Amino acid sequence: MMTEPPRKEDEHAAIVRDGAKAAWPICLGYLPIGLAFGVIAGKAGLTPLEIGLMSLLVFAGSAQFIAVSMLTGGAGLIPIVMTTFVVNLRHLLMSSSLSVFLRGLGAWRLALYGYGITDESFAVNLTRFRDENWDWRRALVVNHLSNAAWVGSTVVGGYAGEFIPHGAFGIDYALIAMFLCLLVFQLRGALYWLIAAVAGGLAVFISIILPGNLYIVIASVLAATIGVLIRRTSKAPEGSP
Amino acid sequence: MRFEILVLSLFMGLVTYIPRWLPLALLSKRDLPLWFKTWLDFIPASILSALLLPALVTSGEPRHLDIFRPELLVALPTFAIALKTRSLGLTVVAGMFFFWLAGKFF
Repeated sequence: MMTEPPRKEDEHAAIVRDGAKAAWPICLGYLPIGLAFGVIAGKAGLTPLEIGLMSLLVFAGSAQFIAVSMLTGGAGLIPIVMTTFVVNLRHLLMSSSLSVFLRGLGAWRLALYGYGITDESFAVNLTRFRDENWDWRRALVVNHLSNAAWVGSTVVGGYAGEFIPHGAFGIDYALIAMFLCLLVFQLRGALYWLIAAVAGGLAVFISIILPGNLYIVIASVLAATIGVLIRRTSKAPEGSP
Repeated sequence: MRFEILVLSLFMGLVTYIPRWLPLALLSKRDLPLWFKTWLDFIPASILSALLLPALVTSGEPRHLDIFRPELLVALPTFAIALKTRSLGLTVVAGMFFFWLAGKFF
């Protein structure tokens, strides 16, 4: 269609468009959760400004829910911060996986990228990095659009959350459906199916015997380790399970 | 804006940011051994499955096994659509529709 190389503005527009195309399921999925968080935080006595600030600084849904419920229960700073740390340790694994695709990036860009790593942006960006022409600029657009959707929806929830009907349009299922599809993208051979099944089974088992969400890290580390051991012993050539 | 909430958010943000940033800063600069690359290659499938499955088959606080949930029932056709179409958008919309439909019966 185009005969001459794209101009700078066209390139920027293309980056934002590609990022937005990848990010919309995340933004849609954040909407009900962000609104719900805003409502609960509002009930716990946080003002919309405080809610927005917390969402901007922390940008981690489950930790924010837990923090607000601990605040309501009268917990102090240190227990809440320690719980937040443990709940968000799983990002270590996601950041490690992403690092393979962000080689050669400067320190400041890596620092900026780190801010936007969530379960959702990790899964979407990693899939794209692996499968198509994806780069850190497009990935950053995904991170920042997700961030804007999260901060915005939590603030709106703080103002007007009670007026929004609960469970409208099945929107509460958006993130689960997104994760299901992203999991399908990761199942690139029999060994990946096996490892996913092992991780899921372990996660269910550990989540029942252990409170909190450390089951995510424990199950993933064990399952990935089993995967390495199986691939080593089967001596399959790399990249073809 | 209360000072306590500002300080709380700052510290929560700091302890959340460190695990997000540290592996990027440490790992993206060096060559990783093959076994570690293989290990990282299994992490996405593992983590997605570990996030999903407990959300589908457990409920309550403390959690217990609960397989009679609309979340699990709806996951079956949604997963099938993901396998068949490999389209993220279609899967999300279909999943929302099935969940809405299931809400009429549960």
